[in-house]
Amino acid sequence: MINKLVIANLKHRWIRTILSSLAVGVQVTMILTIVGLSYGMLDDIGQRSRGVGADILIRPPGSSIIGLSSANIPEKLLDFVRKLPHVAIATGTTVHPIGGPNSVTGIELESFSAMSGGFRYIEGGPFRQPDEVVIDQFWARQNKLKVGDYASFMDRKWRVCGIVEPGKLARMFLPIKLLQDLSANTGKLTMIYVKVDEHENLQTVIDGFKKELPGYQIYSLEEFVSLISVDNVPGVKPFIYVVIGISIFVGFLVVFNSMYTAVLERTREIGILKALGATPQMVLSVLLREAVVLALVGSVAGILLTYVARWAIMHYVPGSLTQTIVPNWWPIATGVSLMGALLGALYPGWKAARQDAIEALSYE
Amino acid sequence: MSETPKPLIEVTGLTKTYHMGEVEVRALRGVDLKVRKGEFIAICGPSGSGKSTLFYVLGGLASATTGSVLIDGHDLSNMSDGERTQIRRDLVGFVFQRYNLLPTLSAMDNISMAQFIAGKPQHTEGWFKRSLEMLGVGHRLGHKPRSLSGGEQQRIAIARAIVNQPALLLADEPTGNLDTENSEVVLKLLRDLNERLGQTILMITHNPEAAAFAHRIIHMRDGRIV
Ligand SMILES: Nc1ncnc2c1ncn2[C@@H]1O[C@H](COP(=O)(O)OP(=O)(O)O)[C@@H](O)[C@H]1O
Ligand SMILES: [Mg+2]
Repeated sequence: MINKLVIANLKHRWIRTILSSLAVGVQVTMILTIVGLSYGMLDDIGQRSRGVGADILIRPPGSSIIGLSSANIPEKLLDFVRKLPHVAIATGTTVHPIGGPNSVTGIELESFSAMSGGFRYIEGGPFRQPDEVVIDQFWARQNKLKVGDYASFMDRKWRVCGIVEPGKLARMFLPIKLLQDLSANTGKLTMIYVKVDEHENLQTVIDGFKKELPGYQIYSLEEFVSLISVDNVPGVKPFIYVVIGISIFVGFLVVFNSMYTAVLERTREIGILKALGATPQMVLSVLLREAVVLALVGSVAGILLTYVARWAIMHYVPGSLTQTIVPNWWPIATGVSLMGALLGALYPGWKAARQDAIEALSYE
Repeated sequence: MSETPKPLIEVTGLTKTYHMGEVEVRALRGVDLKVRKGEFIAICGPSGSGKSTLFYVLGGLASATTGSVLIDGHDLSNMSDGERTQIRRDLVGFVFQRYNLLPTLSAMDNISMAQFIAGKPQHTEGWFKRSLEMLGVGHRLGHKPRSLSGGEQQRIAIARAIVNQPALLLADEPTGNLDTENSEVVLKLLRDLNERLGQTILMITHNPEAAAFAHRIIHMRDGRIV
């Protein structure tokens, strides 16, 4: 019966109900989108790293797993690595950030192709002129580029010569020498990728590298991919916590406001309930339940909105952002909205519970 | 079992003072009242004479300032808010001038809500059905208060007030908002409830014709019975 009253009340002021739920839902979407982006982007980096086809990665000393560490591996090291036993192919890359989450990667086309199995061109072909850039399909879609169009970055105009299938390391490729010179990193690499001759030699090669290249970070690909996770990337967790905190607070404000007006507007109804013998606890419980419904409806709406957000990202910025749907976080986000809503309903509910019935029932 | 059973209501030396900030309003200034089970009493008096306040105290919505209030042997004057809520729930039904139905619930749900709050099973048979038939609102139960006439709303409010078979029905100007025709219907209903079901009723009214339906008329002025 209480629930019937709760639903009837919510239906009675349905516009307010919908708006409050949506406002709560947006918080849920915010959390889930941030989480989905964190997971999605990291997952995507892992996938693309796999796409290189390497078995081992060499990173400069002191670099973090993610993040664009500067190029400071001397190129001579690549030649040295190539001569080590069981090394089938080794290729170096230079990565240069171009703003936001985006970067351009310099590759040595021959050895990179040998290792990764080569690009699959959807349009055009490899770069031949010093002003040409190869991009992947997502970047092309995001920036509405076709072969022959010009893209601007690093204070220059680049002619798109080829569009390739996504999934191989990066979204934009330049010849490595060109990029090194342009970014004042001549002779410097960001990363070395190594393919071993036989998989059974992997551990031997890694052990060898560790001995020969003290200080360098040597990972097997599997190890590297497993390290790219929300737990290992500094800043992601605190960031998510901040978003959760903001969500609780905003949810609190939204529900507080909604319930507070509801209580003011319903003084008479609350008086009636009391005249019928309702206890303060029952009056409180009506309002708390309304808040719970708002939070639950809002959470469902918020979860659905994350699909909309993902669609928008895939449609408009597939080259910069990747969002996955993380159902594991649905209960957490719902819990967050419930918490904000209950906190918000507490004071209005308490006010209603101790409201004087007589004043409300008096005729004028 | 004594020859003269204890009265249902026994009020002695009741005063009630409202505090509005600095200002004190002495709404009841020493009321003595006895009501036997099965009586139908009309309370008349000018506006502001303390009639509603007396009802709020009898119904346990307000506490007495001094004096004693016995309802069915329970002394309300030294009860906590929670205990008075319980007495109200178990022993008292209210009917107001402004009907005071819950606007978001249907007529039926308004009645069910009273049963729910009282913790009574929400049965719809027997006495319940008979009383609804008596009130003549059986066919309007699915409607929201908004789409009911004033007379219908007041009859639903009466149904809600008596559904838990309270010892005492308190009706505060129940016909104050109704036209003559509907007033007549409501007053006859109250009389029927009293005569056929033995319902004890206290009714506040301004209208002498309405008061004529009662067995006994009590006049109030300046917080006293005169
Ligand atoms: N909640 C309240 N707070 C302060 N004063 C009140 C309150 N309710 C009633 N009064 C005052 O108490 C007096 C009696 O009021 P009331 O019991 O409503 O009289 P009646 O019902 O006979 O018109 C009036 O002077 C009224 O202004
Ligand atoms: Mg009055």
